[in-house]
Amino acid sequence: MLRVFALALALLCLTSVAQAESPATEPTTDIEEVLQQLRSRSFDDKAAAIDALAHSGHPRADALLKALQDRRLLLDRANDRIVLGERADGGWQLHDPLSEADLGTVESRAAAPITINNRLRRQIENLQAVVGLNNPDATLRRAAAISLIGTKDPDLLAALRERRAREDNTSVAAAIDTTLNTAALYSEDSDLNARLNAIEALSGSLEPTVRNALRSRLDSDAPSERKAVETALKRIDARTARYQTADTLFFGLSLGSVLLLAAIGLAITFGVMGVINMAHGELIMLGAYTTFVVQQIFPQGHEWSLLVAIPAAFLISGFVGVLIERFVIRYLYGRPLETLLATFGISLILQQAVRVIFSPLNRSVVTPEWMSGAWQINPVFSLTFNRLYIIAFALTVFLGLLLVLKKTRLGLQVRAVSQNRQTARGLGIRSDRINALTFGLGSGIAGVAGVALAQLTNVGPNLGQAYIIDSFMVVVFGGVGNLWGTLTAAFSLGIANKLLEPVSGAVLAKIFVLVFIILFIQRKPRGLFPQRGRAAEE
Amino acid sequence: MIMKRRWQRLAQAGLAAGALSLSALANAADTIKVGVLHSLSGTMAISESTLKDTVLMLVEEQNKKGGLLGKKLEPVVVDPASNWPLFAEKARELISKEKVDVIFGCWTSVSRKSVLPVVEELNGLLFYPVQYEGEESSKNVFYTGAAPNQQAIPAVDYLIDDLGAERFVLAGTDYVYPRTTNKILEAYLKSKGVADEDIMINYTPFGHSDWQSIVSRIKEFGSQGKKTAVVSTINGDANVPFYKELGNQGIDAADIPVVAFSVGEQELSGVDTGPLVGHLAAWNYFQSVYTDENNSFIKQWHDYIGDNKRVTNDPMEATYIGFNMWAKAVEKAKSTDTDKVADAMIGISTANLTGGTAVMNKNHHLSKPVLIGEIQDDGQFAVVWQTDGLVAGDAWSDFLPGSKDLIADWTKPINCGNYNSKTKTCGGQAAQ
Repeated sequence: MLRVFALALALLCLTSVAQAESPATEPTTDIEEVLQQLRSRSFDDKAAAIDALAHSGHPRADALLKALQDRRLLLDRANDRIVLGERADGGWQLHDPLSEADLGTVESRAAAPITINNRLRRQIENLQAVVGLNNPDATLRRAAAISLIGTKDPDLLAALRERRAREDNTSVAAAIDTTLNTAALYSEDSDLNARLNAIEALSGSLEPTVRNALRSRLDSDAPSERKAVETALKRIDARTARYQTADTLFFGLSLGSVLLLAAIGLAITFGVMGVINMAHGELIMLGAYTTFVVQQIFPQGHEWSLLVAIPAAFLISGFVGVLIERFVIRYLYGRPLETLLATFGISLILQQAVRVIFSPLNRSVVTPEWMSGAWQINPVFSLTFNRLYIIAFALTVFLGLLLVLKKTRLGLQVRAVSQNRQTARGLGIRSDRINALTFGLGSGIAGVAGVALAQLTNVGPNLGQAYIIDSFMVVVFGGVGNLWGTLTAAFSLGIANKLLEPVSGAVLAKIFVLVFIILFIQRKPRGLFPQRGRAAEE
Repeated sequence: MIMKRRWQRLAQAGLAAGALSLSALANAADTIKVGVLHSLSGTMAISESTLKDTVLMLVEEQNKKGGLLGKKLEPVVVDPASNWPLFAEKARELISKEKVDVIFGCWTSVSRKSVLPVVEELNGLLFYPVQYEGEESSKNVFYTGAAPNQQAIPAVDYLIDDLGAERFVLAGTDYVYPRTTNKILEAYLKSKGVADEDIMINYTPFGHSDWQSIVSRIKEFGSQGKKTAVVSTINGDANVPFYKELGNQGIDAADIPVVAFSVGEQELSGVDTGPLVGHLAAWNYFQSVYTDENNSFIKQWHDYIGDNKRVTNDPMEATYIGFNMWAKAVEKAKSTDTDKVADAMIGISTANLTGGTAVMNKNHHLSKPVLIGEIQDDGQFAVVWQTDGLVAGDAWSDFLPGSKDLIADWTKPINCGNYNSKTKTCGGQAAQ
């Protein structure tokens, strides 16, 4: 009896102690423990910790998960604790994870972000997707619903159904329907009619997950279901194929616009003036480096610095072009072989100069926000923004140049000198000055092309070499001296390349295009659009 | 008076000349010459010039410690200008004319293949610091970078075991390293039960910049319901536009991870890595690894180069290991004679920057740990997996039919780079 009493008393004491302790400290000790668990080397432990954190109900849980995802949750090595941190000039600015109290700054390697891998990142994203389903922003709700397509998790599906009942935005509702219908395909206990309805509803969807879900029902026992799936898949495949053709055409146009940009300056210096300028690629490179330098000068202005870079690149490359013309090329007119060698030498000099000034390492040019990402038209068809802008930019440059040549006094004089130097001089045109200006114009446009190419490829000393052969190819194929020929040639070579690539692979596609041009030049040495008249006789 | 002055002048001149020739003599006798054969111009300058600086830094540090065998080290730098035949000429110049005792150099396999006959003919010593396709072992070359089984195979194991990948895209630049590596990987994947239609192989030219259609094909290949991963042996410059296109087309690392063998901290320093977070690389070293050795190496590098933003990478660690091993071997052999040093090299161990020790094996390849890292938004890698112990570099792959039975062993009695363990003969047929 006494023993029982003592035991009861002890129990009572224990529970009362626990009660007294728990309201004040339990959440904090819990979360401290979870944070400690995040330090484990094992990603399974971390996954468990993330789940515990998400379900802890702690007011800081969401903020901490976000910090973990953004790599702002750090291990402070000196004090051996978990902290929040922001990068601050070469080091870290630390904060307490719970109170956000300032903990001072440390140097870069004294703290390291808690490592998460793809699996954990996905896990956090899924946890956030559930939250996202109830986000006031409809686009986020839709993205959350789409990211859940293919899920079989009953909790998530229940959350989706609950949201569907309240959803008033039609596009979000449609996305939730797709997700629920896909889940219906996977579930074994749903009845045949429900599945047939789901298949019917899904038959227009282009989501790859939906297609895979449909395919998983191809071995269904019910013939009616198999037939429905086959019809749905056929419809989906037909739509996908159409969009893929559109995709290929877009890729071709985009490659064509890059070729056009690279070649258009050469169309002036080589096409109109007849100078074989092997340093053309390096003038493009100078434009790309100008973009880099402009971004260094305006570190805060990534969004608009390109607008400064375009005229700056035009001036710098144009100026270098004028220098090349004044000090080298003008002594070599009419001697193509010497011009070729001299400009090749200049190209090497410019490359090495850039190596000395900027180091041989590639420089990083930041892509502005408005040029990143893609215009997602549907799940299988998207147009990347940078390519769209570059197509538009290439056409603008082309039209601008055409206007200059056709409508301005300079353009008239350029055409006159290139057609017949003696007569033009006889009419009082200073052909020397016009030569320098024309070469400068062509070089400046090469610089402008460099600004665009900096968004697509490496800004390094070898940038120019990568484009010089393509540029000559386009100009020769299009017909020397004809701007419209350059345009046609650039786009047709771009599209031909992209049509060949899936069939033959990238290496062979390039070879085929080159062989084709060689054969074509044998048949029509003056290119697609040969110049007629007296100028062509020379 | 005049006479006297003239005599004085003569005497001075004589003394000066004597001193000069003496110091020249002293130089010749008292330095150990270290040849540096890395491109400082041309396409490969981007990667190789860093290694030249690394060797110079290590030489400077060794000299501060008093040199080797009581002599100072003297670096001899030449520029093979990314021109493969020039590599052979410059190697010949270093050995025959400059009389260097050791060469640190080469990056691409084709440059190494071009130097190989020269170092073998002139009995030189070459330390090669870059991951490569294997299928080679020379008496005169020490390979301190990774062989395929120290990089490619563990990476694929990680993709299969940890990420559950079932379909694979093998994408590479069109030359010997990617082609051999992909051949090994294809055989390995098939031995793991991966079906033919689940492997897509794609090659692109050097410096390829238009990745739109290839990335879109990868996207399509990866949307067939099975977990897909890309194994990239895309080299150098072409990586930046490739990763940019991946980001723009919205390929998320959680859906289709890309594991790269030629992308390190330096390659990423030219890229905005925000959209690439989570893509992978397999190396033996990452700058982010936190060890005392690595911290002091990074500090030393930053002090030497005078720029806190410069990154370190795997080939730099391989150079560091190679240099330290060579220094140890010279002290052990008490000579810089090629044969003596080469004999002393085998079994030498030195500290890795990532912890533990690297050991030089009989086949002239290293045993070292393999790490897999995920790209982070600051251009660094976070280690997500690493081998438990050291992995011994395998000169001849076990997954190629031609080289399965070959081993390299540069100790007695075998003393052969391609010894066929079945027929017990040296010079077995080399794998192609």
